[in-house]
Amino acid sequence: MKIVVPVKQVAALDDEFELLEDGSGVDPDFLEFELNEWDAFSLEAALTLREGAGGDDSEVVVVTVGDEEAEEALLGCLARGADRALRIWDEALSDADPLAIARVLAAAVTPESPDLVLCGVQSSDAVNGATGVALAGYLEMPHVAVVKQLDYDPAQSTATVKRELEGGLVEVVRLRTPALLTIQTGINEPRYANLRAIKQAREKPLEVTAPAQLGVDADALAAAAGSRRRDLRPPDRGEGAEMIDGSPNEVASRIVEIVRDRMSG
Amino acid sequence: MSDVLVVAEARRGELREVSLELIGAALAVKGQAGGRVLVAVLDPEPDRFAPALSADGVDELLLVTAPTEHFEAHVWQRALEELIEAERPGLVLLGHTIDSLGFGPAVAARRGLGFASDVISLSWDGGPVAGRGAYGDKLVAQLEFPGKECTLLMARPGTFEPVPAGSEAAAARSVELDLDGVAASEHLGFEEVQEADVDITKAPFLVSIGRGVEDQDEIPRFEALADKLGATLSVSRPLVDAGWMPSARQVGQSGKTVKPRVYLALGISGAVQHLAGMRTADTIIAVNTDPEAPIFGVAHFGAVADLFEVADELEQVLE
Ligand SMILES: Cc1cc2nc3c(=O)[nH]c(=O)nc-3n(C[C@H](O)[C@H](O)[C@H](O)COP(=O)(O)OP(=O)(O)OC[C@H]3O[C@@H](n4cnc5c(N)ncnc54)[C@H](O)[C@@H]3O)c2cc1C
Ligand SMILES: Nc1ncnc2c1ncn2[C@@H]1O[C@H](COP(=O)(O)O)[C@@H](O)[C@H]1O
Repeated sequence: MKIVVPVKQVAALDDEFELLEDGSGVDPDFLEFELNEWDAFSLEAALTLREGAGGDDSEVVVVTVGDEEAEEALLGCLARGADRALRIWDEALSDADPLAIARVLAAAVTPESPDLVLCGVQSSDAVNGATGVALAGYLEMPHVAVVKQLDYDPAQSTATVKRELEGGLVEVVRLRTPALLTIQTGINEPRYANLRAIKQAREKPLEVTAPAQLGVDADALAAAAGSRRRDLRPPDRGEGAEMIDGSPNEVASRIVEIVRDRMSG
Repeated sequence: MSDVLVVAEARRGELREVSLELIGAALAVKGQAGGRVLVAVLDPEPDRFAPALSADGVDELLLVTAPTEHFEAHVWQRALEELIEAERPGLVLLGHTIDSLGFGPAVAARRGLGFASDVISLSWDGGPVAGRGAYGDKLVAQLEFPGKECTLLMARPGTFEPVPAGSEAAAARSVELDLDGVAASEHLGFEEVQEADVDITKAPFLVSIGRGVEDQDEIPRFEALADKLGATLSVSRPLVDAGWMPSARQVGQSGKTVKPRVYLALGISGAVQHLAGMRTADTIIAVNTDPEAPIFGVAHFGAVADLFEVADELEQVLE
């Protein structure tokens, strides 16, 4: 059994970030990086399936499209139990949109011939919710988005999954595998890595490659890109909230006052 | 000259509200795009939605008969690919919904379209220009789609003004597509939402806690605080995912939609899926240590403060 798990190192803004002067992006000094929340759940799902399957020929491969900063996310995944990692990067991929990312991922995933590809539903910084299903499009793989329960039957080459819809409604569907699923938070309880595993992670295979080496040249990348960013601005918050200043005591008193006012009459 | 193709959405025989918002967005750019507005609907009985979709300004309804009783991602994907091929729209509008996210991005990838999801604004400047959040909605990016003959945008529900019902039936055309054998998944059933002992949608005052509370051991304290305030406790999703609170207490897209008189949010960032469930509350008060937290964008009152310190003081004030 082979499962590929595309993971992303996401960037969170510091509380007091600054924009670059030309408005093209955020000053990188004000970014903090961590593994995308959703990807911890998809990795855990993959690790559980591999452990259930047993045998030496089962493998969980984590893949990221990201610069050197992203290696930390891969090492974290290796420490938790992934067998092998692949990082793909080229400067042309800075600010890449989900279609370009999916195009690159497709080139990396195809030669792996996985039984399952498990993406996260979304990345917490970009909130595209799109890379996984776009990747399925390139791979021409059956796919289901927003999966909150997964039952894989390798013997039958099917997976029975629960798809989470709006309002808490759930749909149960069975699909053919190989397939790509996007995994929702709460599907399992992601494990932590112990200290020894964190040290050993450095000895596991971590390959670094570039899109061109995977057969995606600059033209193919440009053709795949779905959008170009014009600018980046703070949101227009209209009038915004009336801010309550002062000590915690003053804040609490004012809250009680507002509540009493709104709840009476 | 660009036609705009709207893909309406229905579930279990009911048209979803986002469909009318998408038509609203399409009509708003129709003048500048210079083409027609086409509205496609895929359903085992698509005709049933023709009256509701007949907004003034819609040029034609495309009624596609689905071979499956319920949404099936691969069938919908193929159908949209064929509609794009046949109609050649310059802009395709889908909802940023669970169903459409299940096939829209695949269509965009396979056909090399311009693409953006979770779109919150749409304008026209020689072609579509879309606004969307960045860094978890702390910033807004404007996107353009140079060199693309067709662009597919997925619009955030509840953002665009829905169109009112039209004065007469729009022209409608049945479109025959060969969709047999395309499905790759089989519908086995729905699981309905469980009845629970508490109905947060009925509570006039909600104290809602988020990941900012950090520790399961803190929950009883906020239950007590809510009690003292005469409020009901609700939560954001991470507290349900962690198993700290039952899903009946969850506010948001995959939880409950609430509209209390007062919603007091403690340590909730205001992610789009959370806002989807509470943004229409009469009065929203937010306490968060991060001054840039998107929750302040919908709140009426806000305090940049530590929620534990505020909770301490609330307990004091109420004594
Ligand atoms: C398909 C889908 C459906 C979803 N459905 C829902 C849904 O129904 N409901 C929902 O809530 N989410 C939903 N989500 C998840 C959503 O995207 C967010 O991940 C989630 O809402 C974040 O919850 P949060 O604000 O509690 O946590 P975070 O985003 O982690 O925010 C915690 C906040 O607490 C603040 N904070 C930390 N410490 C303190 C302190 N001491 N004092 C004050 N403030 C503090 C931080 O500044 C931060 O803003 C869904 C996601 C997807 C993809
Ligand atoms: N740069 C990336 N490298 C690898 N996987 C990614 C990357 N960006 C997104 N993904 C995958 O796509 C999912 C959804 O991300 P997004 O479409 O950006 O919301 C993530 O949870 C990952 O599984």
